[in-house]
Amino acid sequence: MSPTNIFAPASTPAQSIFGLSIFVLWTMVAIFVVVFSLLVYAAVRFRSKHPYEASEPAQIYGSTQVELAWTVIPVLIVVALFLAATRVILAVQNAPRPPGALEVIVTGHQYWWEYRYPQLNITTANELHVPVSDPAHPRPTFLTLLSADTDHSFWVPRLGGKTDLIPNHPNQMWIDPQQTGLFLGQCAQYCGTQHAKMLLRVYVQSPEEFERWVHEQQHSAQNTSSAGERVFESTACINCHTVSGTPAKGKFGPDLTHLMSRETIAAGAAPNTPETLRLWIKNPDAIKPGSKMPAMGLSDRDLDAVTAYLDTLR
Amino acid sequence: MSTNTIALPELPTTRPLTLRLHEWVTTVDHKRLGILYILYALIFLALGGIEATIMRLQLIRPHNGFVSPEVFNRMFTMHGTTMIFFVAMPMVFGFANYLVPLMIGARDMAFPRLNAFSFWMSALGGLFLYFSFFGGNGLYGAGSAPDVGWFAYAPLTAKTFSVGHSTDFWTLSLLSSGIGSIGTAINIIATILCMRCPGMTFGKMPLLVWLNLVMAGLVILAVSPLSAAQIMLVVDRYLGGHFFDTQAGGSAVIWMHFFWIFGHPEVYVLVLPAFAFASEIIPVFSRKAIFGYPVMVLATVAIGFIGMSVWAHHMFTIGMSAGANTFFVLSTMAIAVPTGIKIFNWLATMWGGKIRYATPMLFCVAFLFQFLVAGLTGVTLAVAPLDWQLGNSYYVVAHFHYVIVGGILFCIFAAFYYWFPKVSGKMYEEAMGKLHFWLFFIGFHLTFDFMHIPGMLGMPRRIYTYEPGRGWDIWNLIVTIGVVFQAAGILVFAANLVWSYLRGRTAGNDPWDAWTLEWSTGSPPPEYNYAVIPTVRSRRPLWDLKHPEDPDWRYE
Repeated sequence: MSPTNIFAPASTPAQSIFGLSIFVLWTMVAIFVVVFSLLVYAAVRFRSKHPYEASEPAQIYGSTQVELAWTVIPVLIVVALFLAATRVILAVQNAPRPPGALEVIVTGHQYWWEYRYPQLNITTANELHVPVSDPAHPRPTFLTLLSADTDHSFWVPRLGGKTDLIPNHPNQMWIDPQQTGLFLGQCAQYCGTQHAKMLLRVYVQSPEEFERWVHEQQHSAQNTSSAGERVFESTACINCHTVSGTPAKGKFGPDLTHLMSRETIAAGAAPNTPETLRLWIKNPDAIKPGSKMPAMGLSDRDLDAVTAYLDTLR
Repeated sequence: MSTNTIALPELPTTRPLTLRLHEWVTTVDHKRLGILYILYALIFLALGGIEATIMRLQLIRPHNGFVSPEVFNRMFTMHGTTMIFFVAMPMVFGFANYLVPLMIGARDMAFPRLNAFSFWMSALGGLFLYFSFFGGNGLYGAGSAPDVGWFAYAPLTAKTFSVGHSTDFWTLSLLSSGIGSIGTAINIIATILCMRCPGMTFGKMPLLVWLNLVMAGLVILAVSPLSAAQIMLVVDRYLGGHFFDTQAGGSAVIWMHFFWIFGHPEVYVLVLPAFAFASEIIPVFSRKAIFGYPVMVLATVAIGFIGMSVWAHHMFTIGMSAGANTFFVLSTMAIAVPTGIKIFNWLATMWGGKIRYATPMLFCVAFLFQFLVAGLTGVTLAVAPLDWQLGNSYYVVAHFHYVIVGGILFCIFAAFYYWFPKVSGKMYEEAMGKLHFWLFFIGFHLTFDFMHIPGMLGMPRRIYTYEPGRGWDIWNLIVTIGVVFQAAGILVFAANLVWSYLRGRTAGNDPWDAWTLEWSTGSPPPEYNYAVIPTVRSRRPLWDLKHPEDPDWRYE
């Protein structure tokens, strides 16, 4: 089964859309069956024998009653669909925010996602962690959607519909995942060369696991004074990346303070292993051609040292 | 023959090629300009088709390396821009140019020189677009053709994100062809309002003429804001403007409004002429008058009006208020009513007829089926919450190709076969026409039926590659296989046109036993169409001539 199937909802917004979609799709199937049967009947029943008959059929120019019938019935169907749609629009867009809701500020960057948790003082990238929302004790997550550059769109089909991230135009959406696990998605608005590999991973965790994750993320990095850290802090790495508690305070790329707590790198384009990490630093185009990460041009020794240093950021 | 005549040196039967080319380049004749539009559209159809094939080869399996992301992004930008602005629009204008004066008993368009000017402006637009391959630099310097997508959302088009000149070539291309489109639209309206033959009141115009009148009105309303937006984009890029420059406080959303107030009426600009072809062809091949003519006219005008108020259904995911979303849900769904009325009236026209399945009618029946499906998937997308899931996914791509290929292109093929005898004077090869139909029908359904599924499984559009394990692989493979059949169908179509033009048997003035005025003049029609301007008393003047005992004007 597809992990991004819109018909396998796991959160209230996706669930209400799913319910509505079943109603709409069955209505469409019913209309299709009726009209298609009429079309097939007319096309077969009224075909001319070959060679064509010379005499013309009776000429009929129209009928007001029939026209009225096939105007009024569609109008009634449209009204029903409109009311059903409006109900879901209001339920999703105007949902009240409970006091215990988790807040996350999502910023789209060319080809990666930045997540900030203002209540928890956490900054991370590409892998969003949220607590499960038990219907008995709902704990939804409200996302504020911003963009640092071009348009993007946040779409995790099993958790909810997509909402665009547009510069100068803050948006909101919310999810309340009701089962734990990993939910996948990806950017759904063309944002440039590597739009295809701007993948989304949402980890829905039990309250205890989520608290543990929060606790880990709130720690600053230890100063290691290793060779790798010296290379990292003396090259252009720190222009773009932050490792909290060290001189690295760049904001252009993902925060690396807890890099090793993430399962993937390059916005989900590759698994987070020492080999891929080393390749990514050496030649990002090998993994994600067109990404904004430049090839650093380090010697093999420095590459090994930086990779070893990054491996300590847990 | 007299034996006293002086023997003259034999005159060449054909004039030199340069002279004939010169005549075509300088022509102001509506029929020649119509043919130029159509040939021009066919060339771009081949280019756009090649671009689509490159995309489908790249997507045949996950993590494929057939083309780079940069090339793929150029391909979908060029494919969309080409197919809308340089295939569909010139095709529609070509048929309107050729047919409208003939069907209203006129000798030419109202403004023949404006007509020629408009064509050459459109042609210039196509040259601008494809010159970008040599003259532009894309998002990454090494590139060439535009790669910002056919709706070119801000701020990706800003200098910051699109360096070089590829976006400028795209802008100039649309601006230039837009001027041509507006010129032609004014010309069509003036022609229809002022040049109808005696007796042809509005209530007696063929439906094709009515539909093209509404189409031309929509072109003026829709293309003008697009042209304005292009000028604003040039101001942003070169004159320090900040209309869409979000880094200086501009608005990305305002570009979306400008683009879609063009973009959605554009769908009706293309589909109304397709309806026009169906409204002429279905009656003739069913041997019955069109059912409910006044209702068909009303439905057309209603589509024109409502079509101007639905644009933001392309923007359900940009975070509009609930009130705005519900408004655009309602207006979008409302358009299904007049469209449905049209489908029912075509069905009623077939009902009780004696249907002749020549190639034009085959394409029209397939059109009815496919347009029904396209309309129904359109209603699902009009339900804003469903659009939050399906918008910008492959489901949308499948839906609008169902409209544009399954609806509009099928009708255009029907029109090609129906009027080919009139335009060329030769009959096309029926067996090849049917082969074209079946190849294209199978290819179309393999590609666009199965394309809905990856969309529902979460596959967004405009991605140059995708991850394995998402359940998308098999569907993408089937979609790509369908391309082979479609391409084969197009080759048969092209061969049929060329072969029939050179070797086809003479068609005669009225091969279909049809009823509108163009079939009363020669095939091909002589210069200035009619030696004597005809007078009509009903919507089917040739029916009246052929059935003097039971003419239409008794009932209208």
